[in-house]
Amino acid sequence: MTDVSHPTAPVAPVPPGPTARPAQDERLKDVSLLTRIMRRPELGALAGLVLVTIFFLSTADASMFTLAGLMNILSPASQLGILAIAAALLMIGGEFDLSIGSMVAFAGLIFGSFLTLTGWPLLLAIAATFVVAALLGGLNGQIVIRTKLPSFIVTLAFLFILRGLSLVGLKWATGGSTQMRGIGDKAGEGFVRELFSGNALEGLFAWLAAHDVVGKFPNGTPMVTGVPVSILWFILFAAVATWILLRTRAGNWIFAAGGDPNAARNSGVPVDRVKTALFMLTACAAALVAILTVLDAGSTDSRRGFQKEFEAIIAAVIGGCLLTGGYGSAIGAFFGAIIFGMVSIGLTYTRFDSDWFQVFLGAMLLLAVLFNNFIRRKVTGER
Amino acid sequence: MTDTAPLIDIRNLVKHFGSVIALSGVSLTVNRGEVMCLLGDNGAGKSTLIKTLAGVHRPTSGEFLVEGRHVSFTSPRDALDAGIATVYQDLAMIPLMSVTRNFFMGREPTRGIWPFRHIDFDRCNEVTREEMHRIGIDVRDPNQAVGTLSGGERQCVAIARAVYFGAKVLILDEPTSALGVAQTSMVLKYIHQVRQKGLGVIFITHNVRHAYAVGDRFTVLNRGKTLGTYKKSDIQIDELQNLMAGGKELQAVSEELGGMV
Repeated sequence: MTDVSHPTAPVAPVPPGPTARPAQDERLKDVSLLTRIMRRPELGALAGLVLVTIFFLSTADASMFTLAGLMNILSPASQLGILAIAAALLMIGGEFDLSIGSMVAFAGLIFGSFLTLTGWPLLLAIAATFVVAALLGGLNGQIVIRTKLPSFIVTLAFLFILRGLSLVGLKWATGGSTQMRGIGDKAGEGFVRELFSGNALEGLFAWLAAHDVVGKFPNGTPMVTGVPVSILWFILFAAVATWILLRTRAGNWIFAAGGDPNAARNSGVPVDRVKTALFMLTACAAALVAILTVLDAGSTDSRRGFQKEFEAIIAAVIGGCLLTGGYGSAIGAFFGAIIFGMVSIGLTYTRFDSDWFQVFLGAMLLLAVLFNNFIRRKVTGER
Repeated sequence: MTDTAPLIDIRNLVKHFGSVIALSGVSLTVNRGEVMCLLGDNGAGKSTLIKTLAGVHRPTSGEFLVEGRHVSFTSPRDALDAGIATVYQDLAMIPLMSVTRNFFMGREPTRGIWPFRHIDFDRCNEVTREEMHRIGIDVRDPNQAVGTLSGGERQCVAIARAVYFGAKVLILDEPTSALGVAQTSMVLKYIHQVRQKGLGVIFITHNVRHAYAVGDRFTVLNRGKTLGTYKKSDIQIDELQNLMAGGKELQAVSEELGGMV
């Protein structure tokens, strides 16, 4: 660092004069580690995750924290997490999407129809599903931008429109049923299928079992045969989203668009394009969840993704996103979703009634919002 | 390129919003190394004028020359590309974002090839610290949020950003209106520095005292028209005040209050 900023620095040491600038590293040290940690929006989610883990370590059956137990937790967490990360990006960009849950159902219907009704190959059906979802997301975004209505209202309308369309469409496609079966058979086998369903890293787990690193049945097959692909998608998405948010231009534009759209526009940020892209991204995340879950179940129904929009937004808020936009993190939503999975599944490992889950949900949301507001005021020196 | 041509030269600029005549023939020039103060009471058309210069509005009629060439902006981006940077009253700064992120907002330098193209944050932080140091703001950590800076510091950051990105003309929309005394003098001092660099500055204010402190020439707007342009040597501060307030009324109030306005 210092070499770059002083390209003409002579070899001989310069006697420190009154005009010498203080070394840059010295100034940086003034920022305490605590401040730097406090400044991270995902701090709350991480702290929450630690608390929840401690809670279950002391109350739950030991089997919860075995490898199999963790897969049980992470599986639903990953599906929610994919939605939550997209919702977090959109929320940082200053908008909401309440239609993602319905979009999961609608994308499931579209995907199933492409496979069973038109008989397209899996790859084409997946691509087409993403295209339809992206178009619908773009439509959401354009309506919000052009009418200048709050995205809350526009996407609330789409919550019902898409849920209704899913119902009507399913009945029309299946001749009266709200469930479409036989999608799994039509999907066929092969590389594309493996990307979107079943377990991954099976070879690794077999190898680990053979070397007694993970548990195995007496016949030598590992107890956990692999990692569900949805978990890998979840981790990959979280990593990419975090990188985009923190390291790229697009990330800076997302923060700017949510922080103050006018200021961003005055500085030359294409706010409308950023927001439209974010709406398309959330819709595509919903489509991805639809494809993953429909391929796993082999069927789709009209209740798929029910109320997921709220859970995704809660996970994003627990992850440190401000409802007003401009602040938050993708990795926070990642932790938020894991907290969710841990509590919803974890309660079944305890003696508590698992319906406490809902109570927990609301309490956690309230705590997270209070905590985030407090931290933000501390960090940004809001006066 | 003609170096003698004024940076900005507008002649008889007219702007209608439907049936409302916001500007009815405004003429104004801004030269290099000059602070041109634009004075006027509320509703005089100051905002419309600067928004037209900044490319937000398109003039209904009239001429608009930048460095001797006719221009017609369709977006703020065009104005920026022509070297006209506007620092708005609402600062164009985002409090929750870091100083660096704000400084480079919309013009982030990148490195690497797609899809691995990313913002060169090392360079950004270095430039930010450097530029802040130059204007005498001690930014300990360029990653601190802009919200932690004072109003005057924020205003200076916004101006420094415009200067760094090669502005030839700075339009400052009431930069001192929300500031205390110390912070105002900090901003005024910085405006003086910018002038010495050879930039043209359009300083919008309704505080005559602030205007008189740094201004070279003063243009007074009233009801969408220019009342006139005066050199500093040609006009006294009281005259300017009266002109701006539309004459008599203020004088009367001033006498009533014992000459304190």
